[in-house]
Amino acid sequence: MASKLLQRYSDGERMNHWVIALLFIAAGLSGLAFFHPSLFFLSNLFGGGVWARILHPFMGVAMVLAFVGMFVRLWRENLLTDADREWVKHSGDMLRGNKAAMPPVGKYNAGQKGVFWLMAVSLLALLLTGIMFWQPWFADSFPILARRFAVVIHAASAVALILGVIMHVYAAIWVKGTVRAMTRGTVTEAWARQNHPLWHKEMTRGK
Amino acid sequence: MSSLQSLDIAKRSATTTPPPQARRGVEVAKLIDVSSCIGCKACQVACMQWNELRDDVGDNAGTYDNPRDLTPQSWTVMRYSEVEVVEDKLEWLIRKDGCMHCEDPGCLKSCPAPGAIVKYTNGIVDFISEHCVGCGNCVTGCPFDVPRISKTDNKAYKCSLCSDRVGVSLEPACVKACPTGAIRFGAKEDMLDYGAERVADLKERGYQQAGVYDPSGVGGTHVVYVLQHADKPELYHGLPKDPKISPLVSLWKGAAKPLAVAAMIGAVVAGFFHYMKVGPVESKDEDKADA
Repeated sequence: MASKLLQRYSDGERMNHWVIALLFIAAGLSGLAFFHPSLFFLSNLFGGGVWARILHPFMGVAMVLAFVGMFVRLWRENLLTDADREWVKHSGDMLRGNKAAMPPVGKYNAGQKGVFWLMAVSLLALLLTGIMFWQPWFADSFPILARRFAVVIHAASAVALILGVIMHVYAAIWVKGTVRAMTRGTVTEAWARQNHPLWHKEMTRGK
Repeated sequence: MSSLQSLDIAKRSATTTPPPQARRGVEVAKLIDVSSCIGCKACQVACMQWNELRDDVGDNAGTYDNPRDLTPQSWTVMRYSEVEVVEDKLEWLIRKDGCMHCEDPGCLKSCPAPGAIVKYTNGIVDFISEHCVGCGNCVTGCPFDVPRISKTDNKAYKCSLCSDRVGVSLEPACVKACPTGAIRFGAKEDMLDYGAERVADLKERGYQQAGVYDPSGVGGTHVVYVLQHADKPELYHGLPKDPKISPLVSLWKGAAKPLAVAAMIGAVVAGFFHYMKVGPVESKDEDKADA
């Protein structure tokens, strides 16, 4: 029985995703250069400290804009439901690899939804606080105390976003058959049945 | 100057390893005796001349303050405050504003560019422009609101305490130019001794609250003031009473950042070991599916 393939993402969604991913790497590495002295060498990837400082905000804003595209496409499917609460209770089973104990999930499980909202909220915080100390354009318009808060919140949001992305990437590597959803747009029926049974049912209804 | 004086660097921005410590110099200080200042601005002119700075012609804001604020081209500015500490007794307090050269500099602590801000063993805090990336963090780190970012080149500027002159045993230009001896320069110890004499004089003249301004919140400063009203430094154009590095800056630049770096690396390592322990999640009939 050769399992059929199910369309999980359209080409537009996939390209949108990869634009965000590339900009995340660019904005992330240039930002990390200023995060800790041990990471300042990363600024060399962008042509030195001054260029990293100049480019970082533009890459960050571009990432936020690209994410808005993703957000508009996916936010409805990421709204949290009561079933998600049940899933969270069993997240320990999930980590132990006991998939059988997990309640059936739709297109996204609670972990995926959590990462989605973590990214949305941290990107919003990064945008708002980043503008507040963006030299030389906007920084002077904000009082020094506000900028002190902005710098700290910006860095904390960046750490939250990076941790979210680490989880996101790891989950994709861990659950076999997931990466092709973003590289080819399709997943196998077996993958869908096992990891997103309700979504599988929805996709195969009437077929 | 940093490359010429690398043996004399006591602190370096965004650097986690200790600086060279073999050589130890004498700590210096500039003493500004506000009670002897006549507000002639010779120090401002000398600063412009020595450092070859020319600010734009400003406009009159109803006071003698000119320019109105510190700028990338004006590293020192006279601040004129008209106050009545005792009713009907007008006092004209004139304070030469500029970098205070903190022993624990907030600008240096908040700077992310290695070596863009240094503190020499003599206590002078200097901006090394070739390493400055123009991020403006020094502006948010400074408890005295001193550094200014240039709109032309996006570099940060402030008083260098004439580190180039001091490096060859000359006094700063402002000290050289002061006609009343209100600005003095020397070993910090000597300056504090001299300041104490001035305070004693002022007290004899009825300024009971006279004192030396050398705020301990930033570990002391290498620019110290003699104030007639040391109990109310705010009278002197808002000189902060108890300046210290904002907890927002010191916490984040202290423990939080290494912990956050550890958390990010830790997350990757945890993922690696989770995979090795639990193994991948595979679809049950994937073999057939892929066939």
